Amino acid sequence: MRPGNQARTTIRLSFSYIALILLTAFCAYPALWVLMSSFRTGDALFSDTILPASYTLSHYTELFAKHPFGVWYMNTLKIAVSSMILGTILTLLTGYAFSVFRFTGRKNLMSILLVLGLFPGFMSMIAIYILLNQMNLLNTHTAVVIVYAAGAPLYFLFAKSYFDTIPRSLVEAARIDGAGHMPIFFRIVLPLSTPLIVYTALMTFTGAFTDFIFAKLVLRSPDKKTLAVGLFDMIGDRFSNEFTMFAAGCVLAAVPVTILFILMQRFLVDGLTAGADKG
Amino acid sequence: MQQLAIGSKYPEPSKKFRKKAALLSVIAMGLGQIYNRQYVKGFLMLAFYVYGIFTAVTSLPHALWALVTLGETETHLQKVGRIYKQVMGDHSIFLMVESLITVFIMLVLIWLYIAGIKDAYRTGKLREEGVRPNTFKQTLSFVAAYRFPHIVLAVPILGVVFFTVMPIIFMILVAFTDFTRETMPPAHLINWEGLQAFKELLRTKAWSHTFYSVTLWTFIWAFFATITGYFGGFAAALLVQSKGIRFKSFWRTAFILPFAIPMFVSTLIMRNIFNGQFGPVNQYLGMLGIAKAPWLSDPLWAKITLVLVNFWLSFPVSMLMIIGILSTIPKDMYEAADIDGASGSQKTRLITFPMVMYSMAPLIIMQFVANINNFNIVYLLTNGKPLNGDFQFAGHTDILITWLFKLSMEQGKYNYASVIGIFIFIVLSVFAIWNVRRTKAFKEEDAS
Repeated sequence: MRPGNQARTTIRLSFSYIALILLTAFCAYPALWVLMSSFRTGDALFSDTILPASYTLSHYTELFAKHPFGVWYMNTLKIAVSSMILGTILTLLTGYAFSVFRFTGRKNLMSILLVLGLFPGFMSMIAIYILLNQMNLLNTHTAVVIVYAAGAPLYFLFAKSYFDTIPRSLVEAARIDGAGHMPIFFRIVLPLSTPLIVYTALMTFTGAFTDFIFAKLVLRSPDKKTLAVGLFDMIGDRFSNEFTMFAAGCVLAAVPVTILFILMQRFLVDGLTAGADKG
Repeated sequence: MQQLAIGSKYPEPSKKFRKKAALLSVIAMGLGQIYNRQYVKGFLMLAFYVYGIFTAVTSLPHALWALVTLGETETHLQKVGRIYKQVMGDHSIFLMVESLITVFIMLVLIWLYIAGIKDAYRTGKLREEGVRPNTFKQTLSFVAAYRFPHIVLAVPILGVVFFTVMPIIFMILVAFTDFTRETMPPAHLINWEGLQAFKELLRTKAWSHTFYSVTLWTFIWAFFATITGYFGGFAAALLVQSKGIRFKSFWRTAFILPFAIPMFVSTLIMRNIFNGQFGPVNQYLGMLGIAKAPWLSDPLWAKITLVLVNFWLSFPVSMLMIIGILSTIPKDMYEAADIDGASGSQKTRLITFPMVMYSMAPLIIMQFVANINNFNIVYLLTNGKPLNGDFQFAGHTDILITWLFKLSMEQGKYNYASVIGIFIFIVLSVFAIWNVRRTKAFKEEDAS
């Protein structure tokens, strides 16, 4: 390699690294800031130093003493896990049916579902509220789980695109060997679809974990609230004087999901690009 | 399974079975099947028929009455003996939703009825040709083998019908009523008003001004939000994946952070970070001797902050997708370009960019659509503020969807909110259908 080229590469790489470092700071700053705020003494948003002058864990203990934070946490986990299991099953089945089978009305049904998926859920919340009222399900976690799970199949397109990539010959070979629809789905297709299952499960889990508009409408009593609703209500009108406690709540709420996402990165890339048109 | 009578004189098939079976099914669902000696199926359908007649007689007239009138008795005081007692009237909204459910059930039953007639006709025809009709067991295994997608889709579709389609129809109906907080049932009755709400919203000066301004900002916002997120993600992807960069997975993980943090947490945090008085951003600016910026209190600045925060939130997704696509671009294209002496920027401009754009175009449009509807960020970050005195219940940064939310949940103007909902729905559907029809995932994959 000529020396001129080498120098140019070094310059290019240096600039790249500087950009990478700046971007990392930009991405990580809010998380670090809230983490530091949660350990800072005092309860105000304002801090006259960049790094906290002294550290304390009291905001975390206060969180459990002043608010039913543990109950909120368990509620959220319960709702998110149930919605995840139900929603994932429904989404996978929907995607599979559209990917493998050809039946009349298939394309129209797919278009309808896709358009409905764009419809923001809360626009129809008044009707759902009345429906839940009729079924005596207001202020119950069951209601929230049913609505989240029922909405999940609207996002079947990733599942469908993924199933499209599984070689048809594999399924046909199994069918010749006499396997029924259910064994084919469970024994052949699903084991080949780990990235899809992880992606779908992750999306329904976080969707249910973080939704707050619908949960806020349905869950009224404090013992039924979820993290999102609880945290939102907490800062509602007095966040400026309880800010550090709110920060501690944010850290506790965000850490599990964040870790989950980072661990599942590989599946995320696969899942996200499955829906893309690969020429 | 058709038995061919080779050599024998096959009699001209008469049409008596199919006609009789179909006719019996018209009289009562299931009779045709019983006539065709499909007893279990026939009696099952007959049971549905009885249920259908029962519903049609007991609930349907009430449902239709309710849908037409939306209730007739108002809640009022009535003299019972010597004291006045409040007598509950009709609850228009409950009536509307219940009637909708009844009508839905009736439609399903009618569909079943028609399917039953068709089935009886078909089976009758087979019998004329000398084929034995399927026994119930055979029917079940036939359904399991050839109607599998229908069975699988039944539960998701039912859920979607109940929790998405029905509420949407309800919302569309509300747009044609006078349903507001002032006419809230059960104290009041709601009336059909036709296009009144549409006229008021689009023609009255105060309302139409808000409507057009908010719509304009919604599109501007969606455009900038999509463009910044997409190109930011593109740049980050190129940066991370470029030759000679080490610790690729570390950088990627760092950039995923904004995406990984639950949105309600990060947006609420951002609201504090950009707090004009106490927030750290202004504080650092102060330390550097730069004047504080009115991040969330000035209309223009609030809009810029919104786009900036959205950039932070959205570029990781684009980055991940583009990294995925970059790995599918054939290496030999770059090698060929190297031989032709192309520079790095030329390769990016002439190979990478077109290849990624080709794959990403549908997704960019979907993101644009999603941004038109991006309720969370606006509601949690600015809540539409700063307020605008010229607007009806909307602030400078309110987009259509948050305005709709405020109108219904805070102001109780349900009919106006529904009109906006219909408008959003039409805009979205046009984009979505046009876009989805073009993507490969949607085309008939095995057509060729």
